Amino acid sequence: MSNIDRIDLIDLYRKLFLTRHYDETLRKLAEEDVWNFYHGIIGEEAVPVGVCTNLREDDYVIPVHRTQMGAMIAKGTSLEKLTAELFGRSTGHCHGVAGTHIGCAETGILGKTGILGAGLPIAVGVGLSIKLRKTDQVVAVFFGDGLSSEGNFHESLNMASIWKLPVIFVLENNLYALTTPAKEVISVENLAIRARGYDIPGVTLDGNDVVKIYNASKDAVDRARNGMGPTLIECKTYRILGHSGTGLDEDAGYRTLEEVETWRKKDPVKLFREKLLREEILSKEEAIEIEFEARIAIESAVKFALESPFPTREEVMGLSVREGVK
Amino acid sequence: MLEKVLSKLNERLLTFGEAIREALREEMVKDERVFVMGEDVRLRGITKALWEEFGDERIINTPIAESAFTGAGLGAAITGMRPVVYHSRCDFTLYAMDSIVNQATKWTFHTGGQFKVPLVIRVGTGGYRGSGCHHSQSLESLYMNVPGIDVVMPSTPYDAKGLLKTALMMEHPAMFFEHNQLWNLEGAVPEKEYKIPFGAADVKKEGKDVSIVTVGFMVHKALEAAKQLIEENIDVEVIDLRTLIPLDKKSIVDSVKKTGRLITIEESCKTGGVGAEVAAIVVENAFDQLKASLMRIANPDAMVPYKDLNEAYILPQVDDIVETVRKIIQ
Repeated sequence: MSNIDRIDLIDLYRKLFLTRHYDETLRKLAEEDVWNFYHGIIGEEAVPVGVCTNLREDDYVIPVHRTQMGAMIAKGTSLEKLTAELFGRSTGHCHGVAGTHIGCAETGILGKTGILGAGLPIAVGVGLSIKLRKTDQVVAVFFGDGLSSEGNFHESLNMASIWKLPVIFVLENNLYALTTPAKEVISVENLAIRARGYDIPGVTLDGNDVVKIYNASKDAVDRARNGMGPTLIECKTYRILGHSGTGLDEDAGYRTLEEVETWRKKDPVKLFREKLLREEILSKEEAIEIEFEARIAIESAVKFALESPFPTREEVMGLSVREGVK
Repeated sequence: MLEKVLSKLNERLLTFGEAIREALREEMVKDERVFVMGEDVRLRGITKALWEEFGDERIINTPIAESAFTGAGLGAAITGMRPVVYHSRCDFTLYAMDSIVNQATKWTFHTGGQFKVPLVIRVGTGGYRGSGCHHSQSLESLYMNVPGIDVVMPSTPYDAKGLLKTALMMEHPAMFFEHNQLWNLEGAVPEKEYKIPFGAADVKKEGKDVSIVTVGFMVHKALEAAKQLIEENIDVEVIDLRTLIPLDKKSIVDSVKKTGRLITIEESCKTGGVGAEVAAIVVENAFDQLKASLMRIANPDAMVPYKDLNEAYILPQVDDIVETVRKIIQ
């Protein structure tokens, strides 16, 4: 950890905790039907936080279902507008029509698509646009092990490689695509090896270790900024909750509760907190202060969202039907 | 009269392909954000000369990866560029259906208007050259059923240039269908800058007996039929829709109100096609003006076979149109 400033380590913890607590709060509100849909991040927070903390405000992110809240929080997206969007309110980033398919132009969150794998070609285009505009921005695109089997994964890695585009491909390998074990449908154990076929660097990391992810993505971002092309970062991690909803998928038949418990012991937020306390980077009081502030921020975001109106029919139609076209 | 004849003599003629190239070139000169991307765009087709003029960064050869390079067009469009993505045949766009239908059409909507999508997808289309069932489809009506993307289908060099200029200045995606049989067609294109708005049909021939509503290459088949029918004293009006989305409903309805008879012609399949939509519009808006049942000429929901003589069983022919007009007049 010595190569990371104390201030950055604390920032990583703040974002990890915020992401965790945001998810827990939202889960409760989903159970109460305040909003509709939910892919819990619990257990995978280190991936988006570790990567996005290396990004500048003008860098781009295309997030994916499970970890998008972490990416948006790490990128500095307004919690108020984010929560309002998830609750379908007019004050959300997207007037409440997107929900979890949210984008946030202010912080470079380009938007999330509900179709797995579709984000990768878009990231390639963003990389191409950066190259053609001759800026030193980068784009990070997130996706799971499941969609590494999509043609888009292969097409995109190839295109990013031949054009040396500033794209960071972040593969969250959480061992299951919904109920299907990765080992059943993917021909290799470590997907990062696929990078070799496209002549780009690929690394496989402990996806629950935020420092390792931070360091590896820092290298990838530096390479991208300096015109050296894309990198594939594979983070081996695990979702503690079920695929969607708020349960553990304990009856879904694809995993055991023992397995879940094993991974609970590798909790990326808790382990990092303990490490910071043990190495006296953070005092207990400071940790509690950070956590308190996070709770307050989330509480006020939820309040803002709940008090916001739903969009009008005109507002919704206005976004989809063009003026002058009947 | 003399002036008209002289101006006709002085008209500048361009092929359909040259007109498209000129529209692209003008916008590429004016706006550095415009670039072209697709398979073989450097050495084949109308963009070869643009590659020679603008170089590798503006005319980009892609791998055979339709889904990814079309999705990449979207990515570039939402981050400050104005890409023109090229598919030499509409059959190939099916690999890119997700990038077009799920992504490009919806990105502005689901980001609440934060990101605009100035993306033009040029698509070669149509049969009449005997290339078989995977190279001869007409999929414009398929894309008509998807909200969020304009569907453009010019029939003349003049229209092609003016419509493409409009497409290149928009903030939302458009599919620009170019019929393979039109690329070498010559027509007058003024040197002076002009644009043609979307949703404005053009009366290619005025007439009082029958309204033929059609689009793209079929406009020429209709005009040929109309010419033959003059000898039989049948006066056909030919409406060229020019854009299917947005659709100029008013011009369709006005024409039918005048003639009382409607025939639609399209190269795409009959079921759920352009003609079906036009017919519905007429029935909704001018039912009581119809003197006869409307008639649709289209691909009869069949595969397009190999070889041009076999194609004639399936794709609309001038004789079919002449026959249908005679029938509707009776």
